[in-house]
Amino acid sequence: MPPENPVNPVPPAGPPSPAGASPPAPAGTGSKLPVPPATAAARPAAAGAEDLSRRKFLGLISWSGLGWAAFSAASGVGSIATGRFMFPNVLYELPATVKVGPPDDYPSDDVYEKYKDSNGVWIVRDAGQITALITVCTHLGCTPNWLPNEGKIKCPCHGSGFRRNGINFEGPAPRPLERAKIVLLEDGNMMVDKARKFQYEKGEWNDPDSFIPVTA
Amino acid sequence: MLPEAFKEAANHLLSSAAITVSLVIAFFFLCLWQYRKVTKPVVALPLSLGLIVLFCLSISDPNFFIIISKSDNVPIVLMLVLVGGCTWWGLRQAALNDERLEKGLPPMEADNREDDKVYVWPDLVYAEFIALIICSIVLIVWSILLAAPLEQPANPARTPNPSKAPWYFLGLQEMLVYFDPWIAGVVLPTLIIIGLGAIPYIDKNPKGNGYYTFKERPFAVTIYMFGFLVLWVFLVYMGTFMRGPNWNFFGPYEYWDIHKLEPLTSVNLSEYFYMRLLGRAMPANFLVREAPGLLVLAVYFGLLPLVLAKTCFRKFYPSMGFLRYMVMINLFLGVVGMVAKMYLRWIFNLKYIVAFPEFFFNI
Repeated sequence: MPPENPVNPVPPAGPPSPAGASPPAPAGTGSKLPVPPATAAARPAAAGAEDLSRRKFLGLISWSGLGWAAFSAASGVGSIATGRFMFPNVLYELPATVKVGPPDDYPSDDVYEKYKDSNGVWIVRDAGQITALITVCTHLGCTPNWLPNEGKIKCPCHGSGFRRNGINFEGPAPRPLERAKIVLLEDGNMMVDKARKFQYEKGEWNDPDSFIPVTA
Repeated sequence: MLPEAFKEAANHLLSSAAITVSLVIAFFFLCLWQYRKVTKPVVALPLSLGLIVLFCLSISDPNFFIIISKSDNVPIVLMLVLVGGCTWWGLRQAALNDERLEKGLPPMEADNREDDKVYVWPDLVYAEFIALIICSIVLIVWSILLAAPLEQPANPARTPNPSKAPWYFLGLQEMLVYFDPWIAGVVLPTLIIIGLGAIPYIDKNPKGNGYYTFKERPFAVTIYMFGFLVLWVFLVYMGTFMRGPNWNFFGPYEYWDIHKLEPLTSVNLSEYFYMRLLGRAMPANFLVREAPGLLVLAVYFGLLPLVLAKTCFRKFYPSMGFLRYMVMINLFLGVVGMVAKMYLRWIFNLKYIVAFPEFFFNI
């Protein structure tokens, strides 16, 4: 049992207050006028928490201001650095245009993988046309594989399958592979330009830039 | 060790997704239906021992061993054992509790409540600290023994075959096979999160809070366990052990042949309707073309909830109220529809019910 204070009994429900001991004057406040004990005892709960002088208040403001300034500066620098990160000095993208040689390099109906690794296109000869198919699955963008024995292009991620001409026929791919622009240059070579794409479902495969006619 | 005829039969049956999933779903509902008998140690112990013996015998098969011993797949095998064990434990507690509740006794968790209370410090924190140390040691030893695979630098022109997501995303990857990317990758995961978050608002039945029971909450427990065990854990199994090169299905003892040929020509519902049923060309107008699929969707999500409110869920509907019922039934139909769509692909090679490749809108 704690000893009862005979001078100033604390009310049972009230919080224990250091002011209940009634010192003659609060020390260390810098005030020359002694605070009457009756005033302190009248507000026992507020005495400890709201003892905020102008000096303390200004100190608090300036420290928190400094803290916020530092935080804002750090966040700002971080944001700028993140923004800079979005524009790298070097972008490792496959080149958009490539010369793929004369049509005679593609003598029979087949899928030619020569430019797959370097440029991301298959050169396909099929049904009297030479086309450049982009090696990106139209489902989620994996790189499919050409399976010569099965005669189909098959995606290893979700099993989409495409015929040699790029038309989707199995798995989840919703539309055919995209063709890149292919033109016959004056020197007899063909050039593929991936900056221009042709989508079958939009009827763009009839565009003369999307294929080079050859005798079947 | 295992007879070749058995392996042949297992490969033949279990390389078919429709048969495997049907067996799993049948086993799941059998266990829930007869949960009091199945969870008895007399039944559960021989069952699990039999599976372990079969697993050990299967290790002698080189194709089986290659797949289960991949460093990525070892934890999945352990996870399946753990999930099976925990499910048995929960159902066993529920069976025991349900027997007590029928006799008018309080559930086991209600007894000796005072003994269950421990202090956070030191009891809980010590236990957590020891668990942390043990987990760290296990992980360190494991990563030394089973070298985690570090593959060659990523190359956009070369995708590994098969190309698999991390194990915990294999269920999502499996869903991507049957749906358009934005449905399986955005809409369905969002619906899963919203649906899980909505459970406390849909389900205001206080029974089953704080104690195991199945009899008092058959619908809630069945739905949740179906979603977790079949649609998550089993799809992880499927993505790990059944999907091989070119994302084809393979049996447990089958060689993962990169040249396995599976004719999977998939057909849209509109093509089934116009070309096979009516024997005419596809209509040029895309709204007319997709009208059958849109009608199916309208009936499924528009009409079916009302029909179910009058039939299967006529007891739920008055107690839940219209709004709560509609949220619940649409989430429920979404789950059932997802499984139905997978079956339609496996059995009929149905690609999309509604297909607007013009707008990237395919369901």
